[in-house]
Amino acid sequence: MTCPVRNRSFIPPVELGDYPVGTAFPAGHLVDTNAAWRSLRPVIDATACSNCLICWLLCPDGVIQRHDRGALQIDYDYCKGCGICARECRQKAISMENEGNYGT
Amino acid sequence: MERETKAFLSGNEAVARAVRLARPHVIAAYPITPQTTVIERLAEMVEEESLKSEYLHVESEHSALSACIGASAVGARTFTATSSQGLLYMAECLHYASGGRFPIVMMNANRSVALPWNIYGDQRDSLSLLDCGWIQAYAEDAQESLDLVLQAYAIAEHSEVLTPMMINLDGFVITHTYELVNVPGQNEIDLFLPPFRTTNKMDFDCPMSLAFTAGPAYNQAFKQLQHLAMLKASRVIGEVEERFGRLVGRNYPGLIETLYCGDAEYIIVTLGSVAGTIRPVIEKLRSGGERVGLVRIRYMRPFPDAEIRRALAGAKAVGVLEKDISFGFEGTVFTNVSSALMRSQVVPPRLLNFVGGLGGKDISAADIELIFKRLKNSEPGETVEFI
Repeated sequence: MTCPVRNRSFIPPVELGDYPVGTAFPAGHLVDTNAAWRSLRPVIDATACSNCLICWLLCPDGVIQRHDRGALQIDYDYCKGCGICARECRQKAISMENEGNYGT
Repeated sequence: MERETKAFLSGNEAVARAVRLARPHVIAAYPITPQTTVIERLAEMVEEESLKSEYLHVESEHSALSACIGASAVGARTFTATSSQGLLYMAECLHYASGGRFPIVMMNANRSVALPWNIYGDQRDSLSLLDCGWIQAYAEDAQESLDLVLQAYAIAEHSEVLTPMMINLDGFVITHTYELVNVPGQNEIDLFLPPFRTTNKMDFDCPMSLAFTAGPAYNQAFKQLQHLAMLKASRVIGEVEERFGRLVGRNYPGLIETLYCGDAEYIIVTLGSVAGTIRPVIEKLRSGGERVGLVRIRYMRPFPDAEIRRALAGAKAVGVLEKDISFGFEGTVFTNVSSALMRSQVVPPRLLNFVGGLGGKDISAADIELIFKRLKNSEPGETVEFI
C-alpha cells in the first residue's frame, strides 16, 4: 500500500465523498480544533524557561512544541488548559492566565 | 474437509462449522444460554488446531465485542456470538462497531430479556436494537444459519457496505435442534470468501488515526454515510447470494421469501423459525381451496420495504406475527411493515398484529389456523392481539 502523505494540512470535507469510510484516517493531523473548553491558558515566560522539557514530556495532549532555538511554544488550537505544565514547571515559568483577557 | 459433506448438526454447531470455513483471525465471546455451544465448538476447533484463530477469553460481552472491534480495526476478520442480556450488555459497543465501519460478524441466539428471568426464545433482544447500525438477518433453520454466516462476511466486508452483521437464530428452536446440514467444502468457501483486505488498518509504515472524534460540524455526515452503506447492502446481499448459489449450490431469495403471494388473499408476515410451523398449515389450507400465503422477512436491516409492498399488493388482509412487543404501541416488525405499506400507491390491505412466542411460549399449527381465520373475519378493533 502506498502511504498517504504525512503532515499534510487539514482540508475540511465539503461533499460526502470527501469523508473517510469509517473512523480511520491517515495519521499526521487532527481534523478539528478543540480548545473552546479552556478557561485558563498557560503562558510561558521565555526569560524564565530553562528548556528542561518537563512540560513537553508531561503535556497529556502533546500540544507543547519544541524548537531548535528559542522558547517552547504552545498550540492553543488543541490545549485544553489543564494546567499540568504550569504545576510541574520547576522554574515557575508558566502562568495560567484568564482566557477572557485574550478575547477568545 | 475439502469437499461438501452432510452432517447432523444443531443450529449452533452449524454456525461453528461456518465460522471455521470463514477462517476468522480472532474470535472473542462470552458464554450465555442458548449461544454457549457455538463458542464451545469453536474453542474445541482451536484446541485441536482444525481452526487457526486467536481465541480470546474475555470477562463479559462488552469486552467480547470491544476485542472484536480492536481486532477488526487492525484488519482482522472477527467473530463473536451472544444472546439476550449479553447482546444488551454490548449495546454501547454495537454502535462503536457500526460507526467505525468494522465488518464484524456476530451470531445472536434470540432469547427473552428479563424480568421475569427466562432463557427461552423470543426476538425482543435483537429487535429492540434495530437502530444500532448493524445488518440484521433472521434464519429459519440450521442450514440457513450456516449459509448466512458465510454470506455475512462477504456482505459485511464488501467495500461499499463495511457494516457489521448480526445473524439471529431463534433460541433453542434453531440453536439446539438437530438437522441434516450440508457443510460446504473448504475449497469452495476459499473461492467464495477470499481473505479480508482493508485499507482501514493499523500499519506501522502508514499509521492511521482510528476511532476518532467528529464534532457537530462533521458528525452527521458519518451517520449519513452509514445509512447510505446500509441501503447499498440491499443490492450487495443479492449479489452475494447469487455468487453463493453459483459456487456453493444453494440459492436464497434476497431480503424476503414469499410463498403463494401471487394469488394469496390472506398473508402472514413473520420472521425466523415460526415460518416452519406456518408452511404446512398453508399447504393444508390451500388444498382446501383457501388462498393463503406467507412472507418471511429474512433481513430486518436493511428493511425490505419495496419487496414487502410488492408481495402484499394483492392481499385482502395481512397479519404480522412476531415475537416482540414495543410496550404501549405494537410489535416493531408490524410498525416497520405498516410504514413500508404507507408509501405504497395502492390502498394498504387490512393489517393485524399478532404477538406470540414471548419467553418461549409455543406457537402451534392451531394458532396459525386461528390467525388465518381472524384475517378472514376480523373486525376493526384492537390492533395487537396476543396469541
